Amino acid sequence: MEKQITVTINGEAKTLNVEPRLLLVHLIRENLNMTGTHIGCDTSSCGACTVLMDGKAVKSCTVLAVQADGKSVTTVEGLATGNNLHPIQEAFKENHALHCGFCTPGMMMRAVELLDKNNNPTEEEIRWGISGNLCRCTGYNNIVRAIQYAGAKMRGDKLPSTDPVFV
Amino acid sequence: MIQCKTSKEISGMGHSMKRKEDARFIQGKGHYVDDIKLDGMLYMDIVRSPYAYAKIKNINIEKAMKVPGVVAVVTGKDLEKYNLHWMPTLMSDTQMVLPTDTVMYQAQEVAAVIATSRYAAADGVEAVEVDYDVMKPVVDPFKALDPKAPVLRTDKPGKKDNHIWHWEVGDKKKTEEVFKKADVVVKEKMYIPRIHVASIETCGCVADYDKVNNHLTMYMTTQAPHAIRTVIALVAGHVGLTEEKIRVISPDIGGGFGGKVPVYPGYVIAIAVSFLVGKPVKWIEDRSENLQADSFARDYHMEVEMAGTKDGKILATRFKVVADHGYADAQAAPSKFPTGLFSIATGSYDYDTTYMEADAIYTNKPPGGVAYRCSFRVTEAVHAIERITDRYALEVKMDPAELRMKNFIKKEQFPWKSPAGWTYDSGDYHQALKKAMDVVGYEALRKEQAEKRKKGELMGIGISSFTEIVGAGPSRDFDILGIKMFDSAEIRVHPTGKAIARFGTKSQGQGHETTYAQIIAEELGIPAENIQVEEGDTDTAPYGLGTYASRSTPTAGAAAAIAARKLRDKARKIAAYLLEVSEEDLEWEPGVFFVKGVPEKKKTIQEIVFAAYTNHPQGMEAGFEATHYYDPPNLTFPFGSYICVVDIDKETYEIKVRRFVAIDDCGNIINPMIVQGQVHGGLTQGIAPAMYEEFIYDEDGNILNGTFMDYLVPTAVESPSWETGHTITPSPHHPIGAKGVGESPTVGAPPAIANAIVDALAPLGITHLDIPITPYKIWKALKEKGKI
Repeated sequence: MEKQITVTINGEAKTLNVEPRLLLVHLIRENLNMTGTHIGCDTSSCGACTVLMDGKAVKSCTVLAVQADGKSVTTVEGLATGNNLHPIQEAFKENHALHCGFCTPGMMMRAVELLDKNNNPTEEEIRWGISGNLCRCTGYNNIVRAIQYAGAKMRGDKLPSTDPVFV
Repeated sequence: MIQCKTSKEISGMGHSMKRKEDARFIQGKGHYVDDIKLDGMLYMDIVRSPYAYAKIKNINIEKAMKVPGVVAVVTGKDLEKYNLHWMPTLMSDTQMVLPTDTVMYQAQEVAAVIATSRYAAADGVEAVEVDYDVMKPVVDPFKALDPKAPVLRTDKPGKKDNHIWHWEVGDKKKTEEVFKKADVVVKEKMYIPRIHVASIETCGCVADYDKVNNHLTMYMTTQAPHAIRTVIALVAGHVGLTEEKIRVISPDIGGGFGGKVPVYPGYVIAIAVSFLVGKPVKWIEDRSENLQADSFARDYHMEVEMAGTKDGKILATRFKVVADHGYADAQAAPSKFPTGLFSIATGSYDYDTTYMEADAIYTNKPPGGVAYRCSFRVTEAVHAIERITDRYALEVKMDPAELRMKNFIKKEQFPWKSPAGWTYDSGDYHQALKKAMDVVGYEALRKEQAEKRKKGELMGIGISSFTEIVGAGPSRDFDILGIKMFDSAEIRVHPTGKAIARFGTKSQGQGHETTYAQIIAEELGIPAENIQVEEGDTDTAPYGLGTYASRSTPTAGAAAAIAARKLRDKARKIAAYLLEVSEEDLEWEPGVFFVKGVPEKKKTIQEIVFAAYTNHPQGMEAGFEATHYYDPPNLTFPFGSYICVVDIDKETYEIKVRRFVAIDDCGNIINPMIVQGQVHGGLTQGIAPAMYEEFIYDEDGNILNGTFMDYLVPTAVESPSWETGHTITPSPHHPIGAKGVGESPTVGAPPAIANAIVDALAPLGITHLDIPITPYKIWKALKEKGKI
């Protein structure tokens, strides 16, 4: 039996009828055709599906669509403002913090929540902060760097160099 | 400092150009296979075997067919009617698509449910009832060789055992003689565990068969779309799907690492169903299915020996491998190389005697042996040689760095012929190790270690000085299913001087859209920003064997350079015509031909290309396009020296990687930022098997850690902060002197980490530990030695 829900996705309210068992990630990807949010596992381990729900990073494969009723959800598609990239998007590109791009949306959404709470995290805080999100390509060095860069941008500090550093 | 010949505006080789592909990935506009939605598309989900070895007594689909939304349930018997229930593997073995009577490994495909939605298909899977007669599986490859072991591949007429093939190389007799006479012989048994590529995107496809036009469009996660098209034509040609009727499209791929080279049963079933029902069929694996059934790597049981003098001169090596291939040899390796390029195992050292042999075995485990971020078994080979070299240093009480320096092939000895038959193209191993030692502060670390040992603290320093072998490969030796392993590039420059370039390879995150553009920019002077790179559509791209084994830069990258040089030759002719001088009077600098001594008399590449369409010399072919199929004269031999420093808690044996310095030499560098990114990622995939990842099977063939809940892919917390650098020794035979880099760190890191951990424990009598080395494994080894 379907249930009617209203979810605000990236600022736009959507009212839909959904099966009670429908996962939020499928609501986003299949019902709303926003495919930037990815699915990387079936055990809530990888974080590729991370979105913000009322500002809190959640793994959307572990949230039922009906639980998002009345809530505000932000996905990667909602990060930029018009033509202006969100600082985290710019940071990922400038610091080569992505290779295949599959974990990237979830990783960025988690980083946004992290920086919203603390825009000047230490490396250790960043590493623990993103430990619920797996990346198989980058080795994380540049993701850490990107989050530091985005933090600087959000604080209005001088931006660190994005040149690769070799020993 | 890397020297660049082109300006930043052109961004040819050596520039850390930001990636062109990133704009879509950071905005959620990547286009992966699961993002494809076609009209009338059906969804497929798969019923899998809970048992490792069982007879199928009956499959009851009645309840499943009543599930709302379920359209069909397909079994092996259904496919058998079309002779599609078996398929060839890339190694000329055979593998079931769906079983008609027996399942051979846990998680094997048993039936496929087709439905109008993802959820309905999953409901259908739950409702299919399969009645099994469970048999005792053969899990251990050594037990599989027991004459009393059941013969697993009864489908092969006359097969009397579980042995697949025997392979050997080197001089057995001479090796025996050297070992007999040598003062020092060391030997260790090493197991390289069964692991998984675990790309964050699983495998999947959308098979879209158009009945009216008898045409199949296959969107799939493949690293080798052209080869796949040919394989589909070979498998399905008899039902009318011939190669011109097949278009394979490999969209954005969320990581491949070798796991997206093979053809998995799910792809074939999706094609068969789409063919039968005339509708698009989507199949996307769950993570657990992906881990449990597809693309395992390694699983090599090795006995490794080294003979040498008392003063640390290596004389010979010997390797004996038992390779567990699971129920079919479904690895992806060049046809003539059943052990891949394992014979690089003689390493970076100057000696002339070796003997290697390998036997491959069938067991009741998933089929495969994919080349996981590794040029076909090079990871196993490098682990063997770098571990045994440290073992030898320990035996002769020599510092492992000093022993390596003593035995390295010298710079002036290249090209160097290895005792296993390879001709190493170039190298400077002393320089790379020296740089790594300087960066890490080797002498000071050894002093610190000596002090700590006095206090009973466990600190270790591990080195790995590896030689890689990549870029398969020269057509005289390298083919897959008979297709030679060349690769290709096609460049079309439009009248306004902007270009599109297409390749037979397929990026899965390597950044080809940027680096290939940079190669062409280097050769033609057209800004890389103005060169659009496309791959993965067999209807438009030239034929090539795909991206794996670090072959893209060595093959397709070379093809790009040569195709661009063909165009530069044409540009010279046009410039001479436009400037009314002879070709010999012209000089080239990136993007411009000018008259010698009169630099203001010049034509830019953009002006020349415009003329190729608007004012070309009479008699010359109009347009500005070139294609090249590059057949490399040799492989390339990237190398590096890695040093790892570990601290081990003496109570809990928790291992902390304090430092990891990686010096890589991949020849000339196209994009330093991307090369560094590749090294970072590969290092994390190196620490993974060294300390965390391993598939564990129980004696009934059950996989005990087949989900991301219990198979530990390193997070940012497990992954240390990598320190990376390079030396540059260009490949002498590659058109741009590049060698390939993606796999070096995956290959080089595990022995550096293992050597560091064993070094820390050496005072307690430990000479070897198999990876992954965990606190528990250390505790167990020390307990066995009576040290605790």
